[in-house]
Amino acid sequence: MTQNLDVEGCTVREAAAEDTVCGVVPQQVAVPSDADSLSRVMAAAHRRGLSVTARGAGTALDWGWPPRSLDLLVDTSALSWIDHNAGDLVVEVGAGTPMADLNAALAAAGQRLSYDPVRLGGTVGGALATGVSGPRRLLSGALRDLVIGMTVVRADGVVARSGGRVVKNVAGYDLAKLHTGGYGTLGVITSAAFRLHPVPEALRLVSARLDSRIRAERALSALCETTVVPSAVELDWPASGPGRLDVVLEGTPGGLEARVAATVGALAPWASGEGPVVAEELPEGWGLLPAEGTVALVTAPPAQSVTAADWVREVSEAVDAGAHVRGSAATGALSVTFPPGTPADRIRLVVEGVRSAEGHPLVLLRAEPHVRAAGIDPWGEVPGLGLMRAVKESLDPGHRLSPGRFAGGI
Amino acid sequence: MATTAPHTPEGRARTPGGPGARERTPAALAALVPRLREICGADGVLTDLSQRRVYESDGLTYHRSTPGVVVMPTTTDQVASVIRLCAEHGVPYVPRGAGTGLSAGALPHSEGVLLVTSRMRRILEIDLDNECAVVEPGVANLDITRAAAPHGYYYAPDPSSQQVCSVGGNVAENSGGAHCLKYGFTVNHVRGLEIVTPSGEIVELGGKAPGAHGYDLIGAFVGSEGTLGVATRITVSLTRAPEKTVTLLSAFTSLDAGGQAVSAIIAAGVLPSAIEMMDALAIEAAERAVACDYPAGAAAVLVVELDGPAVEVDAQLERVTALCADAGSFETRAASGAEERALIWKGRKSAFAAVGRISPAYIVQDGVVPRTALGEVLGRIAALSAESGIRVANVFHAGDGNLHPLVLFDDAEPGAGERAEEVSGAILDLCIEHGGSITGEHGVGVDKACKMPRMYDDASLETFDLFRRAFDPAGIANPEKLLPTPRLCGERPGVRTGVHPLVQSGEAEQF
Repeated sequence: MTQNLDVEGCTVREAAAEDTVCGVVPQQVAVPSDADSLSRVMAAAHRRGLSVTARGAGTALDWGWPPRSLDLLVDTSALSWIDHNAGDLVVEVGAGTPMADLNAALAAAGQRLSYDPVRLGGTVGGALATGVSGPRRLLSGALRDLVIGMTVVRADGVVARSGGRVVKNVAGYDLAKLHTGGYGTLGVITSAAFRLHPVPEALRLVSARLDSRIRAERALSALCETTVVPSAVELDWPASGPGRLDVVLEGTPGGLEARVAATVGALAPWASGEGPVVAEELPEGWGLLPAEGTVALVTAPPAQSVTAADWVREVSEAVDAGAHVRGSAATGALSVTFPPGTPADRIRLVVEGVRSAEGHPLVLLRAEPHVRAAGIDPWGEVPGLGLMRAVKESLDPGHRLSPGRFAGGI
Repeated sequence: MATTAPHTPEGRARTPGGPGARERTPAALAALVPRLREICGADGVLTDLSQRRVYESDGLTYHRSTPGVVVMPTTTDQVASVIRLCAEHGVPYVPRGAGTGLSAGALPHSEGVLLVTSRMRRILEIDLDNECAVVEPGVANLDITRAAAPHGYYYAPDPSSQQVCSVGGNVAENSGGAHCLKYGFTVNHVRGLEIVTPSGEIVELGGKAPGAHGYDLIGAFVGSEGTLGVATRITVSLTRAPEKTVTLLSAFTSLDAGGQAVSAIIAAGVLPSAIEMMDALAIEAAERAVACDYPAGAAAVLVVELDGPAVEVDAQLERVTALCADAGSFETRAASGAEERALIWKGRKSAFAAVGRISPAYIVQDGVVPRTALGEVLGRIAALSAESGIRVANVFHAGDGNLHPLVLFDDAEPGAGERAEEVSGAILDLCIEHGGSITGEHGVGVDKACKMPRMYDDASLETFDLFRRAFDPAGIANPEKLLPTPRLCGERPGVRTGVHPLVQSGEAEQF
């Protein structure tokens, strides 16, 4: 049922194949030119009872689960602006701003959003809505820890703000945290404010090859006993062969020398081959999730992250699923990627196997179409689901925002 | 909750249920007392007026209300049973930690239950492998660090009241402290919560692993001021103690020069673990109280703390010292030993209490401005002070723009309290005008609920309310806190004085 949405300041067109969200083709696509027209088009959709999904650059349209219903895709790419206040170490940015543009603008002022994107080509709004943080979450926290304010258009078109542009602020509920990782099921993000950090003068990467789970655990625990303050500690645990620990250190060129030495000293007894290797920059594709294949997220208490990674490998090996685990070993946030085309039944066995052991819940972040079609439960058990449903019901009582894309069919 | 208890004038009735409100336990509530005793034991329920009066205010003593009944549960199940009973009977309840909050967030309800967590104060686990601690809500903030310190760890969020304030209260208020600048606020350190919802349901959110799946309910719960439920078990991250910590005291002949030093430090890309600032009046008070031996003749001092790997700290120290000198500092001292550091901090940490020595009464304000607006706002505060004849001492977290002006007055002088309130309110207006916040760490509570419309538009407030109702559709969890209610704020969004006119005329009941 195509309905003519005539909204000032907003282009509306019929949807095409590239507008597909997890296999679901919307009826129409609206491209509002600014936040006001976004609010107007959401209000119009509300009056007509249309279901809506938001899109930034579209790099995560195949993340999450297919919407049960999708009348209107709202494209936020025109909401692209950057208001950087360097002296305050704060930036406010439109949701449609490409993350790369934001990073470039901040870098020019010697600052950064201490967040490593996990996808190339995405927007700030998309990064927030999906809420998955890369390696540097160890030092500065996950993306949600860096958001200090947000403006959102509700399902009924009403514009609501929470937080603000100062780092220290406890006035009102911190709703920005709810929207971060909420897949647009509670509102459409129009802009957000972030706290920033100065870009450190220098960086070193210490990498150690680790031949066994035990050695990896020992290396990690030795590292934790130091006071070198790494920015990231990434575990790479491939489907077969040795694993690797990558430790990122940032600071002054003079100060780094001693920290690198201490890091090498902690890892050396456990590293195989020629011992830890030091580089002066990050490798290509650092922190990015593979662009193809099914991806799951596993969380574990930090001390069990190597055990969890090895458990995924063991379960995967048993069914030849080829799972590759990577992630922040020191925080316990890991990704599991399956090669493109991995049969759904093997992925199902891995998902069920990993979930059968307590302490490391797994969520399917992106599933290939044949995996989605196999009816695997993407979320598993999510504690607090009752409250999440209540929040959804309160903020989107018509269940029109990306219905079914989130946990528990929300 | 947050920061030092203030010395505020007593006996000024400005509050729902202030002096004169009913002091006998209402009949509906009295009927629940036997059930509450069954749940919490006889010693866990206080009904005597004299005992209840102990709890009539939190740290903000000019808001008072005698609780209908006080319960002191010791377990999560008891908390849940008490709240279920409240929910069944539509009785409001107010959670209270150590009662050190400065926004009347734990102001009791005279017809409700005051749920005190002070008997839930066990540290359940210090898990060094996972760098976290699991504690009950009544544990004092500093006790986590005390338990972790022998192992080389500490708990980073450090409200000035950390010796006494409870972790449960910190969670309720998302309390900060001097070290937030570098290490973040309570919300950045809470990994898991066991909460009892306003319907009495026990829900586990997160745990020792990061980033629980689904909506970030932990992120939204922290700082919700007890309106979404009561945290009964809290898992917090522990931070590795830095290899080296240095505290620097730098003195300036003008407030402006001190402010310039702060900007220069930030602009240079140095991230200290704290940057605190005090003006001449605050220094004077601190000197009189604790003889902290700050440089004589200083119009402003900065306390800058640097921590991290020793080599990095040494490099930063050199840099910061030079930046302070460039900005016009006439004396800079650095202390790296624990004792010397404590001496520098002594002046700063005693400042609130010290002000009590130079003024019979004062109001502690808690507003935030963008760091770059500090200079202008401090100038406007000085002008306000000069115009009104009300002295204002400034002690604040300069690194993140969190002002704590101490508005001094003599409560024996007729009208002085009102003028002080006007100045205090005007300072908040300045914060809002400059894009800041009405509270950086103390919370909204009752005290600032009527200020919320100055910071957020109706649509945003309504959205907050929609969110709140998802947790508490019946409106029994810490009612009339955080969000403005038309009954209390309708006529004058701003500082309240005196009794509500409808109450005075007998048309409405205020509780």
